[in-house]
Amino acid sequence: MATEKKNISEEKEAKKKEMILFLSNSEEKEHFLSKGNRKLLSDPLDDNNPITVQVLGICSALAITVQLEPAVVMAIAVVAVMAFSNMIVSMLRNLIPSRIRIIVQLVVVASLVVLVDQVLKAYAYDVSKQLSVFIGLIITNCIVMGRLEAFALGNGVYKSFLDGVGNAAGYGLILVIVAFFRELLGSGKLFGFEVLGHKGATLADSTGLYAFGYENNGLMLLSPMALIVVGLLIWVQRARNRKLIEEN
Amino acid sequence: MELINLFVRSIFIENMIFAYFLGMCSYLAVSKTVKTAVGLGAAVIFVLSITVPINYLLDNYLLRPGALQWLGAEYANVDLSFLSFIMFIAVIASMVQLVEMIVEKFAPALYGALGIFLPLIAVNCAILGGSLFMQQKDFGAITEALTYGFGSGIGWFLAILGIAAIREKIAYSNVPAPLKGLGITFIITGLMALGFMSFMGIKL
Repeated sequence: MATEKKNISEEKEAKKKEMILFLSNSEEKEHFLSKGNRKLLSDPLDDNNPITVQVLGICSALAITVQLEPAVVMAIAVVAVMAFSNMIVSMLRNLIPSRIRIIVQLVVVASLVVLVDQVLKAYAYDVSKQLSVFIGLIITNCIVMGRLEAFALGNGVYKSFLDGVGNAAGYGLILVIVAFFRELLGSGKLFGFEVLGHKGATLADSTGLYAFGYENNGLMLLSPMALIVVGLLIWVQRARNRKLIEEN
Repeated sequence: MELINLFVRSIFIENMIFAYFLGMCSYLAVSKTVKTAVGLGAAVIFVLSITVPINYLLDNYLLRPGALQWLGAEYANVDLSFLSFIMFIAVIASMVQLVEMIVEKFAPALYGALGIFLPLIAVNCAILGGSLFMQQKDFGAITEALTYGFGSGIGWFLAILGIAAIREKIAYSNVPAPLKGLGITFIITGLMALGFMSFMGIKL
């Protein structure tokens, strides 16, 4: 991997060691939502966000953020897949020979994704059609494999479960933010409701903002804008959180 | 002629990176220098043009509804398409392993150059994406699948080559501190994708 990623992962490694040390000290009287466990959940939302900091899992994320609804469904699907794959691999971690672990992990993830795909086809057919191949692509979503490799293979079942939920939530958060801006600015809607008013054929027919001559920004509907919105999000996050700034 | 159209379309109009954002993770992580970018790009071309035709055969003779007809009339109604994710990823993972061993044996120099990138490719979304799009597009012959796989690989190669060259240059520019590195790379990719959209109007 490139040095950039290595640096980040080294940083992560160090952080994790601290955390593991902290956790093992307090293991005995630890309850379900102790401080360490809460950190597992909250860290990936900001300081260690999978998309903007770890640079994992961008592949299948950006093409589905034109509207909020598929983005939310995708986020939920990823939470389910990550939580359970982390849990299952963590249960199997002492049984998997390290040479074939990638194939074993892929099989675990792929079976979970098949389940999610079938459930979506049964209960949310329209959204499942909209997401098309991108549900299948959760299998190769680097964030799933990345957390399996980096966390689930070395940690207990409950902690791995929390780590999965936390990272998937961090991923989903970015997805939903991007989709929010793209749908609002691109088509003036949220979840398909016209929140900015109705655009009629003429100014007189229009209501809300459109009555003042507001126009939707069609550019936001094009896929390249997803990348630019994420770039701007990274800018905002790093301006707020200076320790994340890269050297080059 | 059909094949040439498909080839050009898969490189430019349906570019894996700029139209579908597939393979983004390795695209962003390995594009710091041109040299490594070329290594990974070559490996992607190689693996895509092997796995897409194999998965095409698998899809046509095993998975899709009615595909098992060659076994006998009583199998004509079997639909195994829900297994396609697992089958495709298994083929990709094992092909990557196989390719790695073959390259190591017969072309040690190339193996040294590709080295760490080969195993990484198993989890590159562009590879699985190629197979899933192939399934969606319903190709009529294996040559089409091969052309599609090869063309998508070339498209991915060109994209990563372009961004790596730009990143090498941008190291000398005065980028706002919070945008440095990842942020500016995202924005450049977005602008490049906007440029690639100009191919969209071309009807082939």
